Amino acid sequence: MMAQYLLETQGLGISFGGLKAVENVSLKIKKNQIYGLIGPNGAGKTTVFNLLTCVYKSTTGKFLLDGVEMKNLSPDRINQKGIARTFQNIRLFNNMTVVRNVMVALQNRPEYKCSILDSVLRLPRHFRVEKEMRAKAKELLRIFGLEEDRNNLACNLPYGKQRKLEIARALATSPKLLLLDEPAAGMNPQETEDLARTIRLIRDQFDMTVLLIEHDMSFVAELCDEITVLNFGTVLAEGDTQTVLQDPEVIRAYIGG
Amino acid sequence: MEQIFSTLVNGLSLGGIYAMIALGYTMVYGIAKLLNFAHGDIIMVGGYLIYVGMATQMPLAAVLLAVVGCVVLGICIEKVAYRPLRGASPLAVLITAIGVSYFMQSMAQIIFGSAPKMVTVYDFGAVELFGATIQVSSLVTLAVATVVMTVLTLFVKYTRTGRAMIAVSEDNGAAQLMGIDVNRIITITFAIGSALAALAGLFYLLKAPAVSSTLGAMPGIKAFTAAVIGGIGSIPGAMLGGILLGMIESVSYKITAIAPYTDAIEFSILILILLVRPTGFLGKKRREKV
Repeated sequence: MMAQYLLETQGLGISFGGLKAVENVSLKIKKNQIYGLIGPNGAGKTTVFNLLTCVYKSTTGKFLLDGVEMKNLSPDRINQKGIARTFQNIRLFNNMTVVRNVMVALQNRPEYKCSILDSVLRLPRHFRVEKEMRAKAKELLRIFGLEEDRNNLACNLPYGKQRKLEIARALATSPKLLLLDEPAAGMNPQETEDLARTIRLIRDQFDMTVLLIEHDMSFVAELCDEITVLNFGTVLAEGDTQTVLQDPEVIRAYIGG
Repeated sequence: MEQIFSTLVNGLSLGGIYAMIALGYTMVYGIAKLLNFAHGDIIMVGGYLIYVGMATQMPLAAVLLAVVGCVVLGICIEKVAYRPLRGASPLAVLITAIGVSYFMQSMAQIIFGSAPKMVTVYDFGAVELFGATIQVSSLVTLAVATVVMTVLTLFVKYTRTGRAMIAVSEDNGAAQLMGIDVNRIITITFAIGSALAALAGLFYLLKAPAVSSTLGAMPGIKAFTAAVIGGIGSIPGAMLGGILLGMIESVSYKITAIAPYTDAIEFSILILILLVRPTGFLGKKRREKV
């Protein structure tokens, strides 16, 4: 039986010392949704991402992926369970080529499993798996228009392409849920529009569910089916994007007063 | 001419030993971001294991025992002493490393006593080359070091594990979030470093056939120096630094003929190099994040 929600958090919270950074956050995200997490700076949005990727251990509450509770997992295990992310400040493997950035993410999937011995002794399995991974990596890079850049070092890519490569790398881990932390940050309107198109394409082509943090409100309004607004670590509003964005409480939180 | 040649061979073989030890320092630093000051003592343990293994009269068995024993020891040290401190302040880890180092030296003294043990692993003899008398063991050291460094370079460059190692050294947090089991990569790194240290122990015994609890101290510090000169975290850097340091030592010994002078010269050169190139020859320049 499929769970009603792909991601469900129940009263998720974390305190650092006495400071409650995030408190009682309950999200319900359906499969194939593009869901926005917005809020003023310091509202705890990235902290929620860190909780969902087990970088931080929650002090209260829990979360379920596809109906299964995720607990006591290391970040690499949570990734293998199906949550992948990008970062607010881009964190690529800078001195690796574009294609290797994707392959190093691909190689942790069970379907590309290959023992260290296969790899060291160059057994046939090694070459077969490498070939499959290279093909898969190329396919991913093509979607993001990065195919031509595949042998360049990641650090030499222009900013917009680095953001795209981060998404491609995250997708390479075959997640069920993709977390994007300010994907449109620093992009011009043209690039932002292009990005929105790509995210929709990912949703459709990979049957993906996307949770994204973003400050660009027109981007959020155009792309997200539903949103949750965080303020001071708690949920201020949630629901249908248009309704929430017109909520006077939300407007007040953003412009102050 | 023959003097130059013998100095060159000595320098290169000594450099090969330093390079192998330096690789352990630099890989662990690059991947786990910790300075494993207990690394030198693995050489000492390797030496004692060869001493124990030589009871069988079979040098190869003794070497195998040393390599396997050191790999297991290295993995255990990481699991027991360093893994619980993952994410702790670098100072806490550094102090722990020094503690582990003294622990091993003391254990060795308790088990084997403080008097050095004589070990003759194998007498390769000497050959006449270009008019100079060359110890064959130096040539063997040089050959093995070359093979080991080549294999390691190929391993890092062309295997999946190597690829994951580079990713972890670039950004371990991001690597983990892409599904890489960082603990496993760190374990493998410690295993490789310890195996190299065991081989270094073997070559030390071929040069001077005595093992004591402080055997690893000086080569450890010197190899660390080599890793820093080459640029810590850089694998080719460790090789370059090791060879360079071996050559400096060999040449300065030839000139002064007094061992303490050579140490003073080596470390003075380290200071000079670091003044000019603080990140070493092949070290990464750290960009400030804004």
